[in-house]
Amino acid sequence: MRELTYIAAISEAIAHEMERDPDVLVLGEDVGGDFGGAFKVTKGLAARFGDRRVLNTPLVEQSFIGMANGMALMGLRPIVEVQFADFISTGFDSIVQSAATIHYRFGGKIPWVIRAPSDGGIRSGPFHSQNPEAWFVHTPGLKVVAPSNSADAKGLLCSAVRDPNPVIYFEAKPLYRSLRGPVPEGEHLVPIGEAKVVRRGRDLTIVAYGAQVPQTLAAATELATEGIESEVVDLRSLKPLDFATVAESVTRTSRALVVHSANRLVGVGAEISARISEECFDWLDAPVTRLGGLDVPIPFSPPLEDAYRPDARKIATAARRLAAY
Amino acid sequence: MSDPLGDQIREALFSTPPQPEPEEPEPPVAHSEPEEVIADLPDALRIDLYRWMRLTRTLDDTMVAMWKQGRGLGGTFSGRGHEGISVPMGLALGPDDVIAPMHRDVGSYLVRGMTPARVFGNLLGRVTGPSGGRDANLHGMGDLSLGIIGYVSHIPQQIPLSLGVAMSFKYRGEPRVALTACGDGGTTTGPYHESLNMAALYSAPLVLVVENNQYAYSTPLDQQMATFAITERAAGYGLAARSEDGNDVEAMYRSIKAAVDQARSGGGPTVIEARTMRMLGHAIHDGAEYVPRELLERWEARDPVALQRRRLLAEGVVGVSQLEEIDTWARTEIDAAVAEAEAAPFPDPGTVSDRVYA
Repeated sequence: MRELTYIAAISEAIAHEMERDPDVLVLGEDVGGDFGGAFKVTKGLAARFGDRRVLNTPLVEQSFIGMANGMALMGLRPIVEVQFADFISTGFDSIVQSAATIHYRFGGKIPWVIRAPSDGGIRSGPFHSQNPEAWFVHTPGLKVVAPSNSADAKGLLCSAVRDPNPVIYFEAKPLYRSLRGPVPEGEHLVPIGEAKVVRRGRDLTIVAYGAQVPQTLAAATELATEGIESEVVDLRSLKPLDFATVAESVTRTSRALVVHSANRLVGVGAEISARISEECFDWLDAPVTRLGGLDVPIPFSPPLEDAYRPDARKIATAARRLAAY
Repeated sequence: MSDPLGDQIREALFSTPPQPEPEEPEPPVAHSEPEEVIADLPDALRIDLYRWMRLTRTLDDTMVAMWKQGRGLGGTFSGRGHEGISVPMGLALGPDDVIAPMHRDVGSYLVRGMTPARVFGNLLGRVTGPSGGRDANLHGMGDLSLGIIGYVSHIPQQIPLSLGVAMSFKYRGEPRVALTACGDGGTTTGPYHESLNMAALYSAPLVLVVENNQYAYSTPLDQQMATFAITERAAGYGLAARSEDGNDVEAMYRSIKAAVDQARSGGGPTVIEARTMRMLGHAIHDGAEYVPRELLERWEARDPVALQRRRLLAEGVVGVSQLEEIDTWARTEIDAAVAEAEAAPFPDPGTVSDRVYA
């Protein structure tokens, strides 16, 4: 199968959906014209599909997401780019108060996708490195996905566009051009709400998503040379959460480590850890362990950012401790 | 600070002396005239405006009385004094247009075909309300089959949302219009300014009515903004903007209809400031002691429902008996609606998690 970078898989998914459905359009800051976005994800789309379907907006997340709410309510399927996930806070009301509640309140549908380039490790400082997924996982009515590889990047985005609910799609920008992988051509859908075991192992389960999956797989390779066999669960969807796949793995390995780049305090890992403790207690041989960012703004300078953020080395260290418990 | 424009507007807003001839309202202070002024409204329409205002007022009076008697549920919001705005907002739209009213616009819902029984169903948390007991009082009363979007408490959120509705019409080349409303308080927020800028930029088929009732909860206009130049600020973004007497339902109808026609024909968005007065508190619990009584008295003399009634009589459009028939009809409709809503079931607690996702 041909291989694509993670970012090329995202671009391919958008073009595929725009080709398939005339109601799909793209909007956001700098996405239009020949420029094609800060990361060039939408480059070429305006030339191919016309300016009408690739709409540049002013710098107003609250109002362009609000505008997408109204478009979606009328049956269009906007793919909204927030230039960095860090800027999504400016659009918070439009997402959590309006979009997330409309179906529950009176039955309207909001079939948009917000693409949020997230995560750090690339020396971008406090406002170009964030992982704000927990805010949205905590919000009833939203779906949240976070692909870790090129094939899922395409398949989850195509599914998100077709989903009748608001979906926030956290794309891991450290993987944009650093990661390549096989991607099916043409139609390729990855269902929202299904985790995947991406490595089999008997000694412990490591649960991760997004850019921490490649880090976890690197750690697992290293641990295997020491005789520690890790099973790796890639969540892929954070909401709805496929806890059954997590539980099935943990009840076999009896040890669980949960990893994410977002700060650990009240993060997605806290929920997963709590559910493992509640629902898999009888099978556990060790306390559930969490590894996440520190409870600090994401720092810029390499020694500080590396101290903040989980990576393969820290995952291996935590896994060794857990395996030896 | 010298602010001649603001002074003119203050004058227009606050100096509303009791009128010796109430059937001849003061001329609106228009900053941009509608492109096409509808000269003569047909008598049937003028009567219709009164009929819907009467129904809206009767609903409001009944709701307020019920809540004061302890027959309500939670809080609610009176739209008393806003009928001259909410009713023409509904009537000036075509059947395929979409409206996102605010919390003082029950008249818009009624005109668009939402029955009073459903409104009371929502107010009383019953399964028969448009939100099925999921959203509170007048919130969330959306029904897309009637072209109505239910508001969230963050009222200015309605503006970018309605812009998006308008943009969907433009995207699909449909001759449809989106209309929404906010209060004077809403005009101070980010989404208001952001959306006006975008509406002008994209020439969206959008009409925004600013229901300037002079108070955002307890905060009067002069504590919200340094100049009251709401229409000038809107015009500054490059869209049509004008100020009207919000208690003159015929002037409001003409102005809204002209804006809707302009939007439908590709002429772009309009902001209409409707100058009025919130006649009761912010919500049912609020006695509004902070509003000067003489201000309320001045506006009570220009009550929009009474004004239209006097006008129809004075101009011989209707006789007293016909007006009394309308009043009786409204009373009967609302009494039946309350009875129906009070008899309706509450939602089944087993459905609490239903409909989170489509």
